[in-house]
Amino acid sequence: MEEVPHDCPGADSAQAGRGASCQGCPNQRLCASGAGATPDPAIEEIKEKMKTVKHKILVLSGKGGVGKSTFSAHLAHGLAEDENTQVHQSGSGWSPVYVEDNLGVMSVGFLLSSPDDAVIWRGPKKNGMIKQFLRDVDWGEVDYLIVDTPPGTSDEHLSVVQYLTAAHIDGAVIITTPQ
Amino acid sequence: NLALALAANDSSKAIGLLDVDVYGPSVPKMMNLKGNPELSQSNLMRPLLNYGIACMSMGFLVEETAPVIWRGLMVMSAIEKLLRQVDWGQLDYLVVDMPPGTGDVQLSVSQNIPISGAVIVSTPQDVALMDAHKGAEMFRKVHVPVLGLVQNMSVFQCPKCKHKTHIFGADGARKLARALGLDVLGDVPLHLNIREASDTGQPIVFSQPESDEAKAYLRIAVEVVRRLPPHPE
Repeated sequence: MEEVPHDCPGADSAQAGRGASCQGCPNQRLCASGAGATPDPAIEEIKEKMKTVKHKILVLSGKGGVGKSTFSAHLAHGLAEDENTQVHQSGSGWSPVYVEDNLGVMSVGFLLSSPDDAVIWRGPKKNGMIKQFLRDVDWGEVDYLIVDTPPGTSDEHLSVVQYLTAAHIDGAVIITTPQ
Repeated sequence: NLALALAANDSSKAIGLLDVDVYGPSVPKMMNLKGNPELSQSNLMRPLLNYGIACMSMGFLVEETAPVIWRGLMVMSAIEKLLRQVDWGQLDYLVVDMPPGTGDVQLSVSQNIPISGAVIVSTPQDVALMDAHKGAEMFRKVHVPVLGLVQNMSVFQCPKCKHKTHIFGADGARKLARALGLDVLGDVPLHLNIREASDTGQPIVFSQPESDEAKAYLRIAVEVVRRLPPHPE
């Protein structure tokens, strides 16, 4: 997993490569040279990777605890019941965990040494993880990719949309309670 | 409701309510407050007051429907402003309402101010408890004492037949508390009155203080105060 310093100012910030927390980061010279201001090459790589994914659907809410993840999981299962949908595994990159023959899942939960571990990360580190989920997971031929997001309108949402700009998101479903 | 309960239990105490959920600030609606904060002589923001509670929220700084689409760094500087550039005056208790998660906001708050204790609220449902567990773990890592868990939406009672249903499971929070060596500060039922009162901007501890639901919060406030470390004079 790519290591990003705790207080990384962000590769596209004015402080990139120049902040105190940049010392010792493997990307320091790259950031200081202004390379962060150029479009992230990962966006093109993700576009290529996503060519085998027909539909990308985000599930959002804004508020926490309204049932996004429950909905995403059920939606994915519901779509998987259509036997014409297929997922293949071609053996390079991270492999999703298959809960059905045609339903693969990727989550930070699979990468923790214990399910009780807390992921106490600031934004830049989360962005790195999301980039890897999109670029380095071998989704193979997929009809529907459902993306479950956390509450709020922050790093994770911006990153997902940013990294998928070239790959095209079909749309977003917004979940809420009536309150 | 906790802020109001602390005030109700001891009217000599000055209470503040700080809403640092920058993405989904609920305090303005729930405390029936609107408008931009005025500035004091020393250029600090004045909290808005209602029901005797001094309140500050991101919701006072942005339009009600405007999303705050910020990355972590900008959130950090907004939190800094909400913490340090508010003219709170002398307060006995400042209740800080946090957003979900264990990320930038939680880190910024716990690294910037000395926190007397954390109360972790969860429903009894497994997936909620897993996140509550992570929250407790995070506070342990940043050396913030966890005062205990509150089991929210613990039980629903049918208004017609009075039958009780544990919609989110029964007592999951108690099991987690035992596993973590924490106390359960109390249970709050899933009750229409609580939601309705908050949606109309009159939290139940203020609007129906004699109700069972309000009493649940009042009891929890007592438990919170009991567990606070003595204030260094």
